[in-house]
Amino acid sequence: MGQAYKHKRIGYKKKNGFNALLFLSPTLIIFTTFILFPVIFSFYLSFHKWNMFSSVRSFVGLDNYVRLFKDGEFWLVLKNTFIYTLGTVPLNMAFALAVAYFLNKKVFGKKFLRTAFFAPVIISPVAAAVIWRWLYDPNFGFLNYFLSWFGVRSINWLNDPTAAMFALIIMGVWKTFGFNMVLFTAGLQGIPETYYEAAEIDGATRWSRFWKITLPLLAPTTFFITIISIIGSFQVFDIVYVLTSGGPLGSTKVYVFYLYEWAFKFFEMGYASAAAYILFAILFVLTLIQVKYLRSKVYEAV
Amino acid sequence: MNDLKYIPIIKQTRTIVFNITLYALAIATLMPFIWMVLTSFKDMNELFSYPPTWFPHEFHFENFKNAFEAAPFGRYYLNSIFVAITVTIGQLFTCSLAAYAFARIKFWGREVLFFIFLGTMMIPYHVTMIPSFMVLYWLGWVDSYKALIVPGLASAFGTFLLRQFFLTIPQDLEDAAYMDGCSRFGVLWRIIVPLAKPALATLAIFTFMGVFNDFIWALIVINSEQLQTVQLGLAVFRDRYVTEWDLLMAGSVTATLPILIIFFFAQKYFIKGITLSGLKG
Repeated sequence: MGQAYKHKRIGYKKKNGFNALLFLSPTLIIFTTFILFPVIFSFYLSFHKWNMFSSVRSFVGLDNYVRLFKDGEFWLVLKNTFIYTLGTVPLNMAFALAVAYFLNKKVFGKKFLRTAFFAPVIISPVAAAVIWRWLYDPNFGFLNYFLSWFGVRSINWLNDPTAAMFALIIMGVWKTFGFNMVLFTAGLQGIPETYYEAAEIDGATRWSRFWKITLPLLAPTTFFITIISIIGSFQVFDIVYVLTSGGPLGSTKVYVFYLYEWAFKFFEMGYASAAAYILFAILFVLTLIQVKYLRSKVYEAV
Repeated sequence: MNDLKYIPIIKQTRTIVFNITLYALAIATLMPFIWMVLTSFKDMNELFSYPPTWFPHEFHFENFKNAFEAAPFGRYYLNSIFVAITVTIGQLFTCSLAAYAFARIKFWGREVLFFIFLGTMMIPYHVTMIPSFMVLYWLGWVDSYKALIVPGLASAFGTFLLRQFFLTIPQDLEDAAYMDGCSRFGVLWRIIVPLAKPALATLAIFTFMGVFNDFIWALIVINSEQLQTVQLGLAVFRDRYVTEWDLLMAGSVTATLPILIIFFFAQKYFIKGITLSGLKG
């Protein structure tokens, strides 16, 4: 009896392995081909000089990386990406938090408001950028018309190097703050109502309740949103491609745009892979900080 | 004592101010859409007049006809929808299978494999993009539907999302089915999948939108006009008709409205997906 039982269990276990393999195989095949292999291969490529269409692939050591660091444009796109990030992330979060905070109170037509704030997030970046090009038109665009009510003179949004970055940042905030609003809303709903009630009894003002209760308790959410927003804005591409094409004079050329050009315009796959790996390293550090922070929070909670 | 009387009034004023501020912000957020729709009905004369008019003097529905004649938006649409639906169905299938394996089947190396899996979510898309393109090039799949579909047929996010959900389904239900001689796949298909509908719907909406709105991948792998997606088509369109805003806005309306409609009806799945990805990832 026991013998048979044991036998059955071993059989079952063997079958488990087989079943698991069967269930996982579609995913594993796609993953190996389009994630695992590419990650390794692009690391390998970053040490090679290779035009995609030539059969010669020569090992160049760290040359690609050295070339990157010596390329003025690399530093320019890095700077532009930083400016874009510094411009969008704080604004984005301030808007997202403010809107989430007020939407969490008694307001009329909550569903409509939430849909309105979220609408820019779901539409395609390409269509959004086409719309904004029209809004930014210096002569007939809505934005300059709107600003003229306040006596602001016409701004050549997309053809002036300084204005173009502003234009990109404004659009970037518009496009993404709704996403963070949802995350902040979830965070806010996690704060027990009793805290506020207690504070109210103690006579805390609304303002101090916000600073002393809401913000500190929201810290993990805020931190998480900060990191994912930075990661997201480091990877901005679509809206840049359609809104400004990196111009004028490279003033809005961002990191991924540079990477895209080297890979798919000049087909310098080794060089582009090196650039991709530097981006990877930057984002990896950010992710690690986040994972570490989240883990420490979890331990604290336990 | 007198102060207390004013509290309700202060509170009410405050509520009104909040409401007005929120509505002003909401209208500002919607303004680009409103402007897009209004512009799409204007003719060129009205477009290039200053100050701009709000409502079109005349509704020029032919802008849409002209846009569709200038570029095959109908074709772009079919392409986008075909690709998005195929990837969505494929992903629901592959992710359910993988998620079930990770949630329920005890096999050697499961934890390690799952950990690696989660780790791949950290890899930025742009790192794998170049070699993925080469793989497609070697396979001879560049400029084909396969190039748009196959790389999207698995998802770490989707697998993770479904696994978390599957774990919340009581094991007893499955045990009963095994007693009745049901196979692993039968259990997944007949018991888990019906119970996991909300999670599957969330994943479906997310995937569909993601694929439908994708731009960079289509830009890289597609050349032929008849394979262009809505996003790629619109980007090419904007290069060709730089200042023909009537056509461009008609095209943009075409590219955004269906998505906005889907969103309106499936909003709750969206919100759920974001919070799930946000708070657990």
